[in-house]
Amino acid sequence: MTQSATPKPLLEVKDLAITFSTPDGPVHAVRDANFTVMPGETVAIVGESGSGKSTSALAAIGLLAGNGKVSSGQILFDGEDIAQASEKRFVELRGNHIGMVPQDPMSNLNPVWKIGFQVKETLKANGLAGDNPNKRVAQVLADAGLPDPETRARQYPHEFSGGMRQRALIAIGLACRPRLLIADEPTSALDVTVQQQILDHLDTMTSELGTAVLLITHDLGLAAERAEKVVVMYKGRVVEYGPALEILRNPKHPYTQRLINSAPSLSAQRGDKHEAIVDEVIPGKAEPLLKVSNLTKVFDIRKGFGKKEKFTAVDNVSFEIPKGTTTAVVGESGSGKSTIAQMVLNLLDKTEGEIIFDGEQIGNLSEKHLFKYRRRVQPIFQDPYGSLDPMYSIFRTIEEPLRIHGIGNAASREKKVKELLDQVSMPASTMHRFPNELSGGQRQRIAIARALALQPEMIVCDEAVSALDVLVQAQVLELLDELQREMGLTYLFITHDLAVVRQIADNVCVMEHGKIVEQGTTDEIFDAPKSAYTRNLLAAIPGASLI
Amino acid sequence: MPENQNFNPEDGLPIRNTRAGKVSKYKIEHYVAPLEETPLQAVDSVKETGKPLSMWAEAWRSLRKQPLFIISTLLIIAVMVVAAFPQLFTSIDPTGNQACLLENSNEPARQGHIMGFNLQGCDIYARTIYGTRASLLVGVFTTLIVVLLGGAIGALAGYYGGWIDTILARLGDIFFALPLILGAIIVMQLPAFRENRSVWTVIITLAIFGWPQLARITRGAVIEARNADFVKASRALGLSKFSALVKHVIPNSLAPIIVVATVNLGVYIVAEATLSFLGVGLPPDVMSWGNDISSARTQLRNNPTMLMWPALFLSVTVLSFIMLGDAVRDALDPKARKGA
Amino acid sequence: MLSFTLKRIVQLIPVFIGATLLVYFLVFATPGNPIAALSGGKPMSPATEAALTAQYNLDKPFWVQYGLYLKNLVTLDLGTSFSGQEVRDLLARAFPVTARLAILALLIESVFGIIFGVIAGMRKGKLFDSTVLIASLLVIAVPTFVLGFLLQYVVGVKLEWAKPTVSGSATWGELILPALVLGLVSLAYVLRLTRTSIIENKTADYVRTATAKGLSRNRVVTVHILRNSLIPVVTYLGADLGALMGGAIVTEGIFNVPGVGHLLYQAIQKGETPTVVAVVGVLVIVFVIANLIVDMLYALLDPRIRYA
Repeated sequence: MTQSATPKPLLEVKDLAITFSTPDGPVHAVRDANFTVMPGETVAIVGESGSGKSTSALAAIGLLAGNGKVSSGQILFDGEDIAQASEKRFVELRGNHIGMVPQDPMSNLNPVWKIGFQVKETLKANGLAGDNPNKRVAQVLADAGLPDPETRARQYPHEFSGGMRQRALIAIGLACRPRLLIADEPTSALDVTVQQQILDHLDTMTSELGTAVLLITHDLGLAAERAEKVVVMYKGRVVEYGPALEILRNPKHPYTQRLINSAPSLSAQRGDKHEAIVDEVIPGKAEPLLKVSNLTKVFDIRKGFGKKEKFTAVDNVSFEIPKGTTTAVVGESGSGKSTIAQMVLNLLDKTEGEIIFDGEQIGNLSEKHLFKYRRRVQPIFQDPYGSLDPMYSIFRTIEEPLRIHGIGNAASREKKVKELLDQVSMPASTMHRFPNELSGGQRQRIAIARALALQPEMIVCDEAVSALDVLVQAQVLELLDELQREMGLTYLFITHDLAVVRQIADNVCVMEHGKIVEQGTTDEIFDAPKSAYTRNLLAAIPGASLI
Repeated sequence: MPENQNFNPEDGLPIRNTRAGKVSKYKIEHYVAPLEETPLQAVDSVKETGKPLSMWAEAWRSLRKQPLFIISTLLIIAVMVVAAFPQLFTSIDPTGNQACLLENSNEPARQGHIMGFNLQGCDIYARTIYGTRASLLVGVFTTLIVVLLGGAIGALAGYYGGWIDTILARLGDIFFALPLILGAIIVMQLPAFRENRSVWTVIITLAIFGWPQLARITRGAVIEARNADFVKASRALGLSKFSALVKHVIPNSLAPIIVVATVNLGVYIVAEATLSFLGVGLPPDVMSWGNDISSARTQLRNNPTMLMWPALFLSVTVLSFIMLGDAVRDALDPKARKGA
Repeated sequence: MLSFTLKRIVQLIPVFIGATLLVYFLVFATPGNPIAALSGGKPMSPATEAALTAQYNLDKPFWVQYGLYLKNLVTLDLGTSFSGQEVRDLLARAFPVTARLAILALLIESVFGIIFGVIAGMRKGKLFDSTVLIASLLVIAVPTFVLGFLLQYVVGVKLEWAKPTVSGSATWGELILPALVLGLVSLAYVLRLTRTSIIENKTADYVRTATAKGLSRNRVVTVHILRNSLIPVVTYLGADLGALMGGAIVTEGIFNVPGVGHLLYQAIQKGETPTVVAVVGVLVIVFVIANLIVDMLYALLDPRIRYA
């Protein structure tokens, strides 16, 4: 990594504007964007969805969607303006000068070709295959941290896990030793521990190759940890850029400040602002509303030709939730946390164990008792786009539970819907709209209003804020918190994100492979984690160590 | 490659390097954009202007601007009116005693008989107009039966899964192995059908071999909708499993069914004509486009108009239904829908 | 791949049995006298009646009848037609002709359907795309037999580019025009399916990634877009073989092609149900085998299927 004393920037974006032509007229996705990337340097562009961060980066490799184009400004790569470069020029540049690691490992590898083939064609296209291309392929895959690369090269993408696919994509992105690597949210689809491993590896590889990285991310903590320089984008404009740590510790633009205050990984724990309610609940004294003991779920997995295999998704799990408190169940994908939620909601039958709600056994309830139980326990699901019926107006959506349970008449139900909308800070006029007209966060508010309609005692939040942008996420978490204080609600909060847990939970259960590896109060878990797994999870939260 | 990773002596798991962030060796300017340039907006503000639109309303709004949709709808309405009130379009009643005069055999067009005469001396225009009803009846009722039967079977199979699905899927496969025209030929040969040939036997026959396709499509759509969170949420609200199917799953599976049914309506009209052409469709005394085209076949060289007119009417009708299906598909395409 | 093939064969057995059972049931177990069904409603002598009863084992219980029918079908012992000819011999003469016709039609629809579909898909919204789309709608809307008459009249009678009917030997050359008619509707469907599939895959994430690797446009199109887009088309072609067999009855009738469809058509006209049942049974076998081949082709194209 030796550079000349006064190096030229590798990438220089000057007054960049990008416009998409849509049936409703032109959309200005990026305006007056300026930033530079020095050779070998990592620069992170941070912003929410729709801020223009990916669009700016894609313009630099000539991959804007068909209806988008650079409407003004320059993109200088090594001094050459490529803003309006020909497709031919881009084909020359891509791969060996500018590489890319895309976002979603599941959809970015062609499912019908072997991994080795997809790496090899990259090498060939850039004239780097050499005499023994298969050996090169194995080498490239090994460099990206895939063990047993010769075997891996002969496999298809569907035989790889998400983390392995991302490693294969990194191998492809770096196979031709580009001088600039565009990494577009390279790990946002992965579990935190896998994310950390992969980013560490990417760091090592790029610093060895001297590759500059343009890292696109929504996570300011991650950006500050991995980049020398951070560029913050908001509504298509660059609002602030500067040294990563300085931006993080001393943000100047109000938007950046807002972003840092909302980021769960960077903000404080379940703070002083509601100390009161935590104090009221004295552990051991409060009545547990939900008591789960020795809960087990075994699935039969069909293996073809009538063969079956048993898979234990939840293994002998026990925990209690005191009334009026929040218990978070944390784990990575496949840990069994969502299966627990489904069983508590009685949407899935348990194999063994007990779920006791307010002194009553759940699981062998009669039809009538189950119907009553449904009134007392309500869910909020992860995907804000999937949890509301697109055919139902907001009014019908929130009214549905009242109607099912035969509560009130038409007039009183309408009044109740208005009240509920008010409770979740949505204007009453929203009533006549349809889910497709609302944003993700707004839909999640509607889902909360629907859950509240029956005045339940407990709400099961299954990854309820995971799909939202940080600012919106913070708002929804705050709303949940307020509602808990006002109505004394009890939450079972399922999440993969430990950072969020700290903001909302009183007690935490950490799960791995269907078992609870550790449980305790939030402070205990965060300040004195006992199991190695919890320590790893905590350590993997990006940016936590920087403040 | 130097991976200075440490391992925990207790459990052998790697301990992460403290990631203290990176400091560039270049001097980096700290730039802050003036606040006026991008004033902060409220987080996640609610759109309160504009008329609320359901998915159907939105589809309708985009449909009514589409020329393809307008043309096909107008044509379909016209065809329906012709089928219902053929006497409005021609003063000649081709079923009447005086309708066909042998002296007019294969006569060309003349005043009052714009399409000329067929071999029996019947007015081609009047026969074509009166033939509309049979063709349309077959198309509409076959589609209705197929949608109800195939839709119900597909929905049950997709929604309940398990052994119901297995049995229904195999049953569908079996019918699928018998191509529509071949199967229909066999059924129309059965004594019960052969001796009572009418519009209804054709409809039943086409429906018997048409339902598996619709069942497959419905099943796929229902499986997709059944796994949606909003169905789970409704169940958790206390809605029974069957009510959730009726209130949430089926309404959300309708789009592909509507599209396929519309296109198939046209296809069934063609199938009826083909069967009539092969002599196993509508009985010869029923006036239909298929029968007329079939009887035009022997006269092709000396009187091609006999074939042309019923064929043209048939093709335009079928085309309208296919175009309508296409237009509706574009309007209901989930990818084109906003926010989804 | 071997276990996949075996699995598929095992799955096809019930389909085959079910389909033949269905045909048999329809003919012999529906209300009405099966002898009357077999004779096509014509009066017949007691001797013929007895012969038919013996041939179809109508004196035995239904399941025995069906079992014997299945055995005869598999051993190609198909009985005799009313005119006293062995149905097997009739079929042996007709089958190669129809096979040639179907292969030509399949070739025409897949080659032109895919080529036009790919071009239309890659140039979505351009003039070529709109023209081809409208043409495909027209082809679907006009019944095959009308198209057949038109082409026969224009190409065969007016222009005299080809003979309007086919000779007894039905050579490849003579069959081009009938094959075009037979394949035209399917061609339109193949075209539309290919086009949709191309448009969908064109914007897939892995295509963007392939471009980002530095591959040339040609390579991205052929290696990444085309292969993935062909998967649904191949499945369609398999299922379409059934439609082609149905269509062959019409096409062979128009052009006087001495094939299976013609045989079937004449049997229907004469009310020769035994021949109809035998020929349809054989066609079901062909269709089931064709579907097996398509399934395997599908598995070759899409590795995910092989392991599913």
